[in-house]
Amino acid sequence: MSQLNLASHEALRISPRQAMALRPLVEQFNIEYCATLDSGDIENWPTYFTDDCIYRITARENAHLNMPVGLVYADNKAMLHDRAVAIARTQMFAPRTMLHILSNTRIIDARNEEIIASCNFLLLQTLVEGPSTVHLAGTYYDRFEHKGEQELLLKERQVVYESSVIANDLVYPV
Amino acid sequence: MYKNQEVLDYTAGAKDLPIDAHHWPENGEHVIPDWVYTSQSVHDREIERIFKGNTWNFVALEAEIPNPGDYKRSYVGPIPVIVSRAEDGSIHVFENRCAHRGAEFLRTAQGNTNEFVCPYHQWSYDLKGNLQGIPFKRGVAKQGGMPKDFRNDEHGLLKLHVTTRNGVVFASFSADVEPLETYLTPEILKDFDVVFPGKPLKILGYYKNEMPCNWKMYHENLKDPYHATLLHSFLVVFGLLVAGNDSAMIADPVHYRHGTMASAKKEDKYAEIGADTKKEMRSFHDGMRLHDDSFLEFVKEFDSPWSVTMQTIWPNLIIQRELNTLGVRQIVPNGPNSMLMVWTMFGYEDDTPEMTRHRLRQGNLMGPAGFLGLEDNEAMKFVQEGVRRSTSELNVVKLDAGNTGTSNTLISEAAIRGMYQYYRQVMDL
Repeated sequence: MSQLNLASHEALRISPRQAMALRPLVEQFNIEYCATLDSGDIENWPTYFTDDCIYRITARENAHLNMPVGLVYADNKAMLHDRAVAIARTQMFAPRTMLHILSNTRIIDARNEEIIASCNFLLLQTLVEGPSTVHLAGTYYDRFEHKGEQELLLKERQVVYESSVIANDLVYPV
Repeated sequence: MYKNQEVLDYTAGAKDLPIDAHHWPENGEHVIPDWVYTSQSVHDREIERIFKGNTWNFVALEAEIPNPGDYKRSYVGPIPVIVSRAEDGSIHVFENRCAHRGAEFLRTAQGNTNEFVCPYHQWSYDLKGNLQGIPFKRGVAKQGGMPKDFRNDEHGLLKLHVTTRNGVVFASFSADVEPLETYLTPEILKDFDVVFPGKPLKILGYYKNEMPCNWKMYHENLKDPYHATLLHSFLVVFGLLVAGNDSAMIADPVHYRHGTMASAKKEDKYAEIGADTKKEMRSFHDGMRLHDDSFLEFVKEFDSPWSVTMQTIWPNLIIQRELNTLGVRQIVPNGPNSMLMVWTMFGYEDDTPEMTRHRLRQGNLMGPAGFLGLEDNEAMKFVQEGVRRSTSELNVVKLDAGNTGTSNTLISEAAIRGMYQYYRQVMDL
């Protein structure tokens, strides 16, 4: 799991023009990733990741302190599959819909068949008869596998949310 | 912010009256009236008699404040406090409220300092909460300043009593609370000392969530072995807890206020569940297997017959030992309809990297997104909304009737009845 260097601004390691050229590729990936999650198709969520992937959801408080816990902590795709099946088929929770709004995609580096990127998100949650609320807001810190013309796959996504206190629970992956 | 975030957000009037208008039903050992969860006047008395009373309240792990000058924000009940380690290594807990004009001056979650300064008028306090310095105490050009008889030692921060055991820090507003070992009782101490044997802890990180339910419901959830195999299909399918496993719901024998919900994992990872038992459990799903079940392994690191102990330490602490994932959960009440839960996950300093990784992966079971943790949070929200909005008035706790306190069967509410027997005495209800 990568150490997140959040103490100061992380400068681009490629030129702005190179970043602009790659941004549509990463945005396209994120659009499809969020469409899958927002439609409730949780069991297809793992398809966006490599087999030996890392996925963690944690508060910025933990990232600043370099603490390793995650609300969700997976270090291979099999664990993502298990979580997706448990959510989709066994767990008890009040029905809800989720909606991702993404912005500020940064392409920080691209070399050695890897893209390092980050992107801000707002995650809205709506329960039955409930308002749409800002459930989480934060940043994706990503490492993509970028092999030629193949679709991007996530080697690592760390979902870092801003508020240390969340509302009740988190049901679906982010 | 938060709380139930529903558009319809009200409590039926009859369930939120002045406290003298609330009456526990006659012969009411097997019921809990809804107003216990919904009444502000009852909540106010709980803060005075329980959180500010003769209780030990968890505030920190020593591993969070290892060095002199280390501090963290914390709470006793809903009251903000600072936990600080002084230069001489001693630990102090005092109110996070400036003695001058009342500002909750410490806003940083944790850090290191050589003094505490309220930014409004720069009153400064030492690491034990004593007032050190006031700017312009003697005025300027012989005008103004404090009166001659002003004494710093009359204007320090409100200090709490502090005790620690094996790396766990407790605080109390009361000078009369019994020593911690007596307070916990030997039966509860036994499992406390398994999780906290005295060796240094390693903090792995935090979860914090606000649950729109009454704080007492959280205690009850972990004194409710009945729900475990019914709500949590994950436990059943993967044999972590099946009705019929060795298990116990231990209530402290003095007051029934603390508890240990314990179980022993069978050797096989996957449960053999009889047809009768299957019929009783709606959430059972036959044939489900994980693709990576290594995170469910139990590394036998403790000298205990139990693989799981979940302890409720009255009034504000849960100690989680779920196989190898360890944590403490601190309750911060937020009125009758809401509470914060502050989770501190940890391992031991002598854990190998593999063990730490195992704990982190196994942590997926618990927490606000946990395979188990999620469902309890959902259920408690349902209950708080149900008791607030409905006209029916009583919770029914009749399972294993005739027993109060400890039980050796999961199908029991004896521990919950024991807790309310104690509660009614303390609260005069």
